[in-house]
Amino acid sequence: MRLADSLWTEWTIALRFLLDNRMQSLLIIFGIAVGSAVIVFITALITGLQANVVERTLGTQAHIRILPPDEVNRTLPVDDGSWSLVLESPRAQRLRSIINWQDVRDVLDQDSQILAVSPVISGPAIARRGVARASVALLGIDPQRYQRIIPLSRDLIAGQLVVGAGNAVIGKELARDLGLGIGDKLRLDAGEGRETVVDIAGIFELGVRELDARYVYLDLKQAQTLLDLPGGVTVIDTTVAEIFEADQVATRLARLTGLRAESWMETNGQLLNALSSQSMTTEMIRVFVGISVAFGISSVLAVSVVQRTREIGILRAMGSPRGQILRVFLLQGGLLGLLGSACGGGVGWGLVQVFNIAGPRLFDIPVDPTLVPLAMLIATITGVLAAAMPARRAARYDPAVAIRYV
Amino acid sequence: MSDLATNANEVLRLDQVRKVFNPGTPLETQVLHGIDLRLCRGELTALIGPSGSGKSTLLNLIGLLDAPSSGELYLLGQATRDSDDETRTHLRNQAIGFVFQFHHLISAFSVLENVLMPLMIRHGKPSSADIELARGLLDEVGLSQFADKKPTQISGGQQQRVAIARALVTRPPLLLADEPTGNLDSRTAQSVFELFHRINAQFGCAVLVVTHDPRLAADCERTIQLVDGHIVSDEARTSTL
Repeated sequence: MRLADSLWTEWTIALRFLLDNRMQSLLIIFGIAVGSAVIVFITALITGLQANVVERTLGTQAHIRILPPDEVNRTLPVDDGSWSLVLESPRAQRLRSIINWQDVRDVLDQDSQILAVSPVISGPAIARRGVARASVALLGIDPQRYQRIIPLSRDLIAGQLVVGAGNAVIGKELARDLGLGIGDKLRLDAGEGRETVVDIAGIFELGVRELDARYVYLDLKQAQTLLDLPGGVTVIDTTVAEIFEADQVATRLARLTGLRAESWMETNGQLLNALSSQSMTTEMIRVFVGISVAFGISSVLAVSVVQRTREIGILRAMGSPRGQILRVFLLQGGLLGLLGSACGGGVGWGLVQVFNIAGPRLFDIPVDPTLVPLAMLIATITGVLAAAMPARRAARYDPAVAIRYV
Repeated sequence: MSDLATNANEVLRLDQVRKVFNPGTPLETQVLHGIDLRLCRGELTALIGPSGSGKSTLLNLIGLLDAPSSGELYLLGQATRDSDDETRTHLRNQAIGFVFQFHHLISAFSVLENVLMPLMIRHGKPSSADIELARGLLDEVGLSQFADKKPTQISGGQQQRVAIARALVTRPPLLLADEPTGNLDSRTAQSVFELFHRINAQFGCAVLVVTHDPRLAADCERTIQLVDGHIVSDEARTSTL
């Protein structure tokens, strides 16, 4: 209660001092606002951009792919004291199923870090229509589970997402190359005499040319028959809650299952590199803008302390403790930071909206609702810290000297 | 506290107070040489002396803005020489009212808020009783109609009267004034001085006024003359007012 009462006085004096030097206060608030606007805008822009890039990359692939281990040659152990010369040619990796994949799937389903699990069988085939041929990748999926990894129905441009019972869903490029439309028939040849004819039920466009030209979605059973792996799946796709922890989760899953686990971070190393250097650049811009704002606040308050030397002296003479003088100036720093960043945060937010409406419209920047309040909090703390030096100086004035200051 | 009991009226006592600046350096200067002084409630005392005689230094010591190099200063019977800044600050707020030559009102606050400032420093937001008291004091100094004006909107003499009202708002037993009429014209100076007499009579506090105006000093019940850091005369007389 006493502290609250006492703070009322500090608060009142701080506010009056700022209002009394209106021009000075407005100028520094403007400066802080510009700085905060830059920080808010650039943070929203880069966060939005990165989220967009990651989403586009991960929109067409699983976060972690569980694969059967590679087949390796086994060499017989050699007796002690004897030598063996081995001439080894690496083995061709034939298409093969994950052993006991149902158990693996059930285990993954229970894992708290994994959001979705989708067993897939995939293998190569030739698609034929009349005399036209195209090499394709067959993907046998369980549509319900697969949709949770790659929301395929969102990317459909014609027909429906129906696989099974002789239906297939193909990409836009393949449909164009082979002149296919909904309801047309397509012959799939997986080699060694395994052939089938499917109806085109849907056409998708993932936006990645390679995938749109090669993917042919079937149901699990039909793909298993074509690829001669009855009951088998070749890969289990998963998504994780924390995408940037995918590599750690992958390592854990590899140990857990004894299978190979490949995270998207491993297969997109360059992208990650680019993202982290971008983040670092943004961080540096933010830090330097923050520092210059802090120096601005500090110098304005330093001037104010000198201007108010006599008033500080009289306050001290009337019995104002050093701590009270200190708090008056710390509060001014905090207030300047808060007011400046409130204006700047609003402007930054507005800039993002302008960018979204009138900009190049390559992507939409969502503004995290905590961004502006967080920027204001940080600016307020920065203001208080920046005020520390002038405030200490004010608090240390010898009242007898300060009163006679001219 | 036994001192206070034996001298119920004593507000301030200086006992062999010396002040040395820059001790132990080539610039060492002794400004006050063993000052003994007592101020009692209801006394209006003028402190006169040529410039450089140590008046301001003495006033700073009495006002607890500075500490003596040796000797002891008792305020309301309490020894203060070795007390820390916090205690001295608290004592200033509780027991002393200051009036300075250059008014020193705080320009960011209204006249009424300036008068309330010592109470705001003491306990935060002023109560309605505080505001009542402050308005009463403004009325006392004849400025109630300027309560909501800024200090820059009133004249020098009026500002000085506001400063006096401010010094009185805590009902201090000791009121110190440093050349309160120093930059006022003689007519205004006279009226400010009359105000000191009135509040001295009315509030019963000890008032110590530093002045270089002999006519004003002559109006006081007691005149202390300081020359080169020594009290050369201390005369009491019946006030002419």
